[in-house]
Amino acid sequence: MGEQWSRGRGFDRFDWCFCGIILALSSIGVLTIYSVTVEGPGSQFPLYVKQAIWIGVGTLAFLVVSRIDYHALARWSYLLYGFAVLLLLFVLFSGKSSRGAQRWIALGPLAFQPSEFVKIPMLLVLAVYYASQPRRGWWYRVIVPALIALPGFILILKQPDLGSSLSFLSIYVTLLLAVGIKSKTLGAVLLSALMLFPFAWSELWGSLHDYQKERILSFVDPDYDPAGRGYQGLQSRIAVGSGQLIGKGFHGGTQTQFKFLPEGHTDFIFAVLAEEWGFLGGVLCLSLYLALLLLGLEIAAKAKDTLGALLAIGLVGMLTFNMAVNVGMTIGLAPIVGIPLPLLSYGGSATIMTMAALGLLFRVKRERLLLSA
Amino acid sequence: MKQAMTDPGLQSTGLADIQGRLLLIKIVVLIIVGLLVVRLWQLQVRDGTYYRNLAHDNRTRSILLHPVRGLIYDRNGMLLAKNVPSFNLYVQLSDVPDREALMGKLVELLSLDKSELNKKIQTPEMETPIRLKKGVSLKEAAIVESHRLDLPGVVIRPEFQRNNPQGVYAAHVLGYVGAASEEQLAREEFQGLPPGSVIGQYGVERIYERTLRGRAGRKLIEVDALGHEKHLISVDKPQVGHDVHLTLDFRLQKLAEDLLGEEAGAIVVLDPQTGELLALASRPSFDPNALSRGLRADEWNTILQDTRHPLTNRAIQGQYPPGSTFKIIMATAALETQAIGLTETVRCGGKFRFGNRTFRDWKKYGHGAVDLHKAITDSCDVYFYRLGDRMGVETIAAYAKQFGLGARTGIELPAEATGLVPTPEWKRQTQGEPWYPGETISVAIGQGAVTVTPLQMAKVIAMIGNNGRSVHPHVVRGIRERDGEWIQKWAPTPESALALRPPQLEAIQKALAAVVTEGTAPRARSSIVTIAGKTGTAQVVSLRHKSEEDTPKRFRDHAWFVAYAPFEHPRIAVAVLLEHMGHGGSAAAPLAKQLIEAYVSYGVDEKDGTQASRTFPSHKPMKQGTRVHG
Repeated sequence: MGEQWSRGRGFDRFDWCFCGIILALSSIGVLTIYSVTVEGPGSQFPLYVKQAIWIGVGTLAFLVVSRIDYHALARWSYLLYGFAVLLLLFVLFSGKSSRGAQRWIALGPLAFQPSEFVKIPMLLVLAVYYASQPRRGWWYRVIVPALIALPGFILILKQPDLGSSLSFLSIYVTLLLAVGIKSKTLGAVLLSALMLFPFAWSELWGSLHDYQKERILSFVDPDYDPAGRGYQGLQSRIAVGSGQLIGKGFHGGTQTQFKFLPEGHTDFIFAVLAEEWGFLGGVLCLSLYLALLLLGLEIAAKAKDTLGALLAIGLVGMLTFNMAVNVGMTIGLAPIVGIPLPLLSYGGSATIMTMAALGLLFRVKRERLLLSA
Repeated sequence: MKQAMTDPGLQSTGLADIQGRLLLIKIVVLIIVGLLVVRLWQLQVRDGTYYRNLAHDNRTRSILLHPVRGLIYDRNGMLLAKNVPSFNLYVQLSDVPDREALMGKLVELLSLDKSELNKKIQTPEMETPIRLKKGVSLKEAAIVESHRLDLPGVVIRPEFQRNNPQGVYAAHVLGYVGAASEEQLAREEFQGLPPGSVIGQYGVERIYERTLRGRAGRKLIEVDALGHEKHLISVDKPQVGHDVHLTLDFRLQKLAEDLLGEEAGAIVVLDPQTGELLALASRPSFDPNALSRGLRADEWNTILQDTRHPLTNRAIQGQYPPGSTFKIIMATAALETQAIGLTETVRCGGKFRFGNRTFRDWKKYGHGAVDLHKAITDSCDVYFYRLGDRMGVETIAAYAKQFGLGARTGIELPAEATGLVPTPEWKRQTQGEPWYPGETISVAIGQGAVTVTPLQMAKVIAMIGNNGRSVHPHVVRGIRERDGEWIQKWAPTPESALALRPPQLEAIQKALAAVVTEGTAPRARSSIVTIAGKTGTAQVVSLRHKSEEDTPKRFRDHAWFVAYAPFEHPRIAVAVLLEHMGHGGSAAAPLAKQLIEAYVSYGVDEKDGTQASRTFPSHKPMKQGTRVHG
C-alpha cells in the first residue's frame, strides 16, 4: 500500500474528460436548482448553495475514495455491509420520518439516508464474492448473491423507498449479467420468477404505500385523472414537451416556475432542464451521461483484475439504472418511483454517494496505472 | 489458493470472460440512452406545439371583471342606489386538490358554517370560481392572505355591493339585486352571463337591468399551480352601467312612507301634466340592502310567509274595490251619455229598491233631494244606484276603461296588476254565469267585482284634473351616461283625451273641490292650497250594521282618498289607500293634504326661482285644445 501518486503519470486526457463531465453535470444541477428555487422562501442557505456545498463534500469523498486501495476495502467489505445493514435497521426502528416514509438518520442539524450509503458496501460484497473464486452453478451464481443482497433490499423497501430498493437491486442484476449466466440458468430463473410472481406480487404490492401504488397505477394510465394520480406525470410531460426544440430559456419554465410541477429541484429536475433548454439541452445532458457511462465501461474493459472490472461494471449499471429510470419517469417511460438523477438532483446523501462511487471508479482506472508502472 | 482468498482482487479467473461481455453491456447502455433521446424527440419536437398549448392553458386564466352597476337618482339628483366596495371570498375548485381539507381549514380560520360551505362546493362546475362568502371583513381578508399557501384556489376579490343609502325608502320602486338563478340564466335576456352574476331582481333594478348592468370585461392572467395571480397578460376593461334618473321626489317619497307608517297601504303621487310619479309608496316594506346582500334560506322564508306580504308593491299590485272614488267615473259617464242632467235631482231616502233587494245608502235616513254636485260632495249612494240602473254595466265599463281601469298603466315596474272592470261578457267567461242586474247597482258605487290599483286611481283623478287629457304614469325620467350625457329621456306619447264637454267636466271638478270644502273630506282642507278630491270606503265584507270598533281589523273597510291640487292649475295628483282603516274622509284624506301641502311648500321654498316657476307656473292655460268635443 505504499504507492504514491508520483508513480502514476498524473492526469491524462481520459482523466480530464472524466472529471470534466462530472463537473459539467454537477454545474448543470446547481444552475437548474437555482432556476427553480430562487423565488422560493428566502433562507440563509438557498438550496443551490447547499447543493454546491454537497458537491464540495462529494468532491472530498471522491478524492478520499480514489486514494484508498479497493483491495483493502474488499477485505473489509462484509463488515462494511453488515454495518450498513445495521444502520438500515436503526432507521427502521428510530429513523426520522417525513411524508409517510422513514428514511433518515438525524445527525445534529443534518440528516442522511443510509439507503444511499448501503449501495457501495453491497457492490463491494458482491464483487468480492464473484471475484474470489469462480462461482459455478446457479446456486452459487444466482441464489447466494441474491440472499446476500436481500436484507438490504427488504430493509430499504420497508422504509418505504421503492426507488432506492430497485436501484439497489440493479447492482445485483448488472453483476449477474456481467459474470454471465447460462441460458439454461436464465430460463430457470425466469420460470421460477414467473411461478413465484403471484405470491411475490401480493407481498410486494401489499407492502407498498398507497401513494406508491397510485404512482404505478398512474403510469399505466396517465391521462385517467389529471388532477389526481397522474398529475405529476402529466405535468412533467407537459413541462418537457412544451420546452420544444430550444426551450423557454433559463428561469423561463412556466410549468415549474408556477409550481404546476412539484419537486422541480429533486426528482423532476430533468423536466425543468428540458423545459428551459429544450430538446437540445436535454440531448446535451444525456450525451454527457452517455459519455460518462462509456468511460466507466472503458475502465472496466481495461481493469487489471476481476474485482476492479466488476466494481466498474456494477457502478456503471447503478448509474445507468438511476439515470434511465429518473429521466424515463419525467418523460413518461417509467413509473414515478422517486429516484434522484445522479449528480443533478438536489440531495446531500445521493450526491455524496454518487461522488464517492465515481471516486471508486476512478480508483479502478488508477489501479491499472499503478500496476503497470 | 490461500493467497487468492486473502487478496481476492488478484484472482483474475474469468476476467477475460467478463470483459468479453462488456460489448453487450455497452450496447444495452446505448439502447437505453437512444430510447430516451427518441422519446425526448417525440415529446419536444414532434408533439412540442401540443404540449406548449397545454402549458399555456395550464397557467393562463380568464377572469371575468364584473362591471360597476349604474346608479339610481331621484328627480333632484339625490342618490338612491349606489355601490359600496366589499371583499368577497371565492374558491376556484379546479385548483383545490383536497376539498375536505380546504373546507376544514376555512371553517377553522374564518368561522364559516360548515354545512352551508359544503352545500356550495357540491358542484361539478370547475371553470368559474364559487363565492363562499360575501362581505368579508378586512381582518378576515388579512387572515386569508397570510394563509395563502394553505388555501389553494382561495381568492379574495374586491367587488361592489349594491347599497341603497336611503335604506327602506322607495324599496318597492328601486327593488334589489341578487345572484342570478339557474332558471334566470337560461333565459335569452341573460344569455352569456356567467353563473353567479348579480342581476336586478325587483323594481327598477329588474326592469332596467340591461341599462344598469354595463358590460363585463375580462382579464387574462398567469396563475401558479395554487391559482394565485402572477402576472397580468391583458385586460378588457368593463364598462360601467348607465345611471337611471327617476321621477320620484325623494322628499315626497319619504313623507308618503312615513305617513303610512306601520299601516298597510299605498300612496301614489304624480304630476298630472307629465305623468311623472313623484312618490310611489307601499307599506309594509322590506330592507332592500338586506336582500341585495343575500338572505339565508330561513330569512327568506320569514319574508315569504309574512301574511302582510311586504314584498308586494300595493301601489301597483294591490287590487281593491274603488268604493266611492268610482263615483267620479260614474258621474262622468252619466253626464256624457246624458243619463242624467246637471241639475236633475234624485230623491234619496236612504234606500234603493231594486227587484226584491234593497240597497242601502251609507246615511241611514238619506240625503233628501240630491243633484250631481250634492251626490259627489256627500257621496250619496242612492243617486249613483239610480245612475247605474239607468246606464247599465256596459256603459259604465266602457267609461271605466277609457280612464284606464282594467288595464295596466304601463309603469316601468314589474308585475303590475290590471284590476278588473266587470262586464257580463267577463262573468260568462270566467264564472259561466249570467250577469245579474243587481250587480250593476253594486258596481255603481265601486263595490262588487270591480277592482283598481292605487296607481290606476291616481291616474283617474289626474285625468279629471287634467281636463280629460290622458296621463301616462312613469317613474323613469331618463338614462344618463356617467359623464352626464343623456342617452334616453322619457318622451310623452301622442296625446289623447277623453271626450268630455267643458260644462259637465267643470261641474264635476267643482263638486270634487266641494268634497273638501263642504263634503265628506273636511280633513283634507288646506289653508295654503285648494284641493279637489273624492273619498272612498271600500267594503271588505258586508258588516255595515256594526260599528267600526266592534269589527276585527281584517274585516274593516279600506279607506280611499284621491285628490289633485291646486284646483285652478293642477300640478299634483294623489291617491291614498289605507287597508282596513275605515272611512276615507277621516283616515286617508289628511295624508293627501299633508303631501300636497308639502309639495306646494317645496315649490315656494325652492331657492332656485326657475325651479319654482317650473313646478308652479303663474298661469296655466286651463282649457286649451285639450278637450275634444264629442
